[in-house]
Amino acid sequence: MDTSGLNFILQAAFWVTVALTISGAAIAVFPRNILYNVLGLALALIGVSGFYLYLGSLFVALMQLLIYVGAICIAIVFAIMLSRPLHVDIPPRSAGKVWLGILAATVFFIGAAGVALKTNWQAAAGHVYKASQWSVQNIGNALLTRYELVFEVISLVLLVAIIGAVITAGFSRRISS
Amino acid sequence: MNSLSTYLLISALLFSMGLLGILQRRNLIGMLISVELLLNAANLNFMAFNRFLAHDPVTGQVITLFVMGLAAAEAAIGLSIILALYRKMHSINIEAAQKMKG
Repeated sequence: MDTSGLNFILQAAFWVTVALTISGAAIAVFPRNILYNVLGLALALIGVSGFYLYLGSLFVALMQLLIYVGAICIAIVFAIMLSRPLHVDIPPRSAGKVWLGILAATVFFIGAAGVALKTNWQAAAGHVYKASQWSVQNIGNALLTRYELVFEVISLVLLVAIIGAVITAGFSRRISS
Repeated sequence: MNSLSTYLLISALLFSMGLLGILQRRNLIGMLISVELLLNAANLNFMAFNRFLAHDPVTGQVITLFVMGLAAAEAAIGLSIILALYRKMHSINIEAAQKMKG
């Protein structure tokens, strides 16, 4: 097997993933049609799950597809389509505020990129990359031993969020009608 | 295969685009979408540090899963609040929500 050819294909696929993610984020932020924004968000999230594959975690990549693309994006699409906000036209912000926002985002990007490039990142003691450590079994063990409390609290938060969402959406209908 | 700083740069770019989206949109659903972008950038950072630096590769993945759960909760609550707000003021323009302005 010619490994250099394989490496080239992997690199090319990586940069295609980068392009997908960045263009998806751009579609999620810039167009005025809210439905395009959601579809761009889905594209960006699929790209990020591709990065998780490159980082060696199939499980988290699948969870990303399942939770973000399959649940959150679809929930937003339903919320847009089942109520009418899609057709409500919102005037854009004044140009001055948009430029201030662009300035703030650029300053943040320059700062973060400077930190990422200038820091001399040192691996923690005992860091070795072994594919066997990335198995689903290890994640399950950690979830039910060391991170058990956090796991339960997250479940509680999700339950409260679901009940709260139902009550918020349901009660306001009763009040307004 | 690619270095740590590649991933950090990508996630910084994602984060600043999400920040720009929050700052320049007036549409509440658009702002919610931008928040999802921010959370994803943070997740990507966690996974990259986990892959290249961390002692125990489980930690970053577990944190990423928790952030995903919190993002799902946040999206559900956010969408229902947006729907309630829309029923009340017939608009999802963020600047129309001024009842508590005093």
